[in-house]
Amino acid sequence: MNEAATAPAVFAPWDEPDATPLIRFKSVTKRFGDFTAINDIDLDIYPKEFFALLGPSGCGKTTLMRMLAGFETPTEGEITLEGQDIVPVPPNKRAVNMMFQSYALFPHLSVYDNIAFGLKRTDMEKDAIDARVQEMLRLVQLQKFAQRKPHQVSGGQRQRVAQARALAKAPTLLLLDEPLGALDKKLREQTQFELVDIQEKTGTTFVIVTHDQEEAMTVASRIAVMDEGKVIQVDTPGKIYESPNSVYVADFIGDVNLIEGNATPLEDGMAEINWREGTPPVRGTAPQPIAAGQRATLAIRPEKIAISREKPTDRNNVVPGRVHDIGYLGNISTYHVRLSDGHIVKAQVANQRRISRRDFTWEDVVWLSWSDTAGIVLTQ
Amino acid sequence: MDLRRFSLIAIPYAWLLLLFLVPFGIVLKISLSDYALAIPPYTPTLDFSEGWAGFRAYLSQLDFENYVFLSEDDLYWKAYLSSLRIALVSTAFTLLVGYPIAYAMAQAPAEWRPTLMMLVILPFWTSFLIRVYAWIGILSNEGYLNQILVFFGLPEAAIMNTNTAVYIGIVYTYLPFMILPIYATLEKMDGDLIEAAQDLGCTRMEAFWRITLPLSKPGVIAGCFLVFIPAMGEFVIPSLLGGSETLMIGKVLWEEFFNNRDWPVASAVAVILLLLLVVPIVLFQRNEQKQREAGR
Repeated sequence: MNEAATAPAVFAPWDEPDATPLIRFKSVTKRFGDFTAINDIDLDIYPKEFFALLGPSGCGKTTLMRMLAGFETPTEGEITLEGQDIVPVPPNKRAVNMMFQSYALFPHLSVYDNIAFGLKRTDMEKDAIDARVQEMLRLVQLQKFAQRKPHQVSGGQRQRVAQARALAKAPTLLLLDEPLGALDKKLREQTQFELVDIQEKTGTTFVIVTHDQEEAMTVASRIAVMDEGKVIQVDTPGKIYESPNSVYVADFIGDVNLIEGNATPLEDGMAEINWREGTPPVRGTAPQPIAAGQRATLAIRPEKIAISREKPTDRNNVVPGRVHDIGYLGNISTYHVRLSDGHIVKAQVANQRRISRRDFTWEDVVWLSWSDTAGIVLTQ
Repeated sequence: MDLRRFSLIAIPYAWLLLLFLVPFGIVLKISLSDYALAIPPYTPTLDFSEGWAGFRAYLSQLDFENYVFLSEDDLYWKAYLSSLRIALVSTAFTLLVGYPIAYAMAQAPAEWRPTLMMLVILPFWTSFLIRVYAWIGILSNEGYLNQILVFFGLPEAAIMNTNTAVYIGIVYTYLPFMILPIYATLEKMDGDLIEAAQDLGCTRMEAFWRITLPLSKPGVIAGCFLVFIPAMGEFVIPSLLGGSETLMIGKVLWEEFFNNRDWPVASAVAVILLLLLVVPIVLFQRNEQKQREAGR
């Protein structure tokens, strides 16, 4: 996460009331026959943002991006780029370039000619084109491979050619459609940071489509979480993770325990959940106002739950259980603790000790506890 | 190489030997023989009863007389050149007609494609000869075409028994051989490439010229050879649709064999035709190999 919610807001145009967005979706709807791919979306994207569209496949994120590229036109609504309506502008006339998921490199052209392709379609001088292509090759460190054909370079290099080609025309807006999907995990993580570097170096606005939440968290300044053609929440990665506005977002991003019950509002924006008779209620912060007796869900991240042998006395949220399963990941362990009603709660603990000296094992009776502010009470 | 692989490879080679090299050897031998009023109508014939000496005498009677004759009579050269021209022109026309059809097929919704493919192959279900005959019914002076022209008050067209009729016949007959390889390359082309080209500033037309056309080149080359090679030696179409002005080597070959019964000269014509076709066939093979080496 490059920006925690608490970090000083060095770059947050979305919080400035007088900042003008680069892209504006105004009640945009897109239907394919009977199917509504995009359902009445309003969205602002600001200059120099690295904006991520995140969601499961079929949520409409790719359609949204293709509308920015000009390959789809909205059924209803308006899309503006720098204040101008771009809906009637064909893709070849837009100051928008796209990096395709398949990379779509031209197989009959060399790496050099692929990167030069867009520039040659402008009235740019030959020397200037060459200089620009060389600059792009340097940016993605492919100088040595300029004369190779796309099938003669590796997958990672192809990804960089696609990136260089999309950036060559210095677009106002760069669209990335699952740009790292074809890379293996190590290379993907490394490339994520390279992408961020390039974005900062060029100052271009990036919009990335991804289904990989870790990728979105790593690269993006803001994330739009989408589901079934709707934008559910738009926020910084930190806020999306820490203050999801709905159970859907909490569940989609990272791992979460969901405890459902009847809510009782408390003072200071807190609320209690009576989740089971005979057990003390659990509490968390409630961002939205809650009525007494309303059904609500407490969402609590596994890493915010502490696990102990003795009952902690200094906390309000305390539940007993039995260790059902242990997921050992090397650096951390996830304990699946079964409560007396069969409910499984996950608690994540950093492995500060070696595995042979682990404190808990299967079927141990343990206490789970978390602070009042660790969980969040959601009504949607 | 183990025996299993060897025997597998041996099958096509045995096929080639039996069905191409042996008949070719026989034709070559006849082309070196002399015309005779006999059955078969040439001399010498191989007679094993006289043993080795007989074989020596047999070999000594073979000569290149027929080839010398071919080079002296300009009918043959004109026929070769005319065939070459007709084959080239009709290949070009077939490409012009076939490419748009292949392109439209590749652009059609995926569920339509098998049907369209079927329609292209459908003419093969009837005899080639009958289909060419049918064109006589269309193109002849009292044929359907002229009836329609007259109906609309237009002047009649005298197409039958001209080179135009031959072009029409060849384009019609060989069109599927042009469409199928082009369709195959266009169909497997990634649609993202066209979008990428448009995204980088191409109009649809430019994207076609710069991306689609170059990428379909292997299919175009394959299709052109598949049309050109058989069209070069074509004899049914010029015989049925062509007129006195149509001079094609296939027709000459036929006449030498069946009208003049001069097997040795006819064989020499066939051997030269084959040698002329070897050049494009070798080029075709090299194109195929280059494609395979490009390895996509």
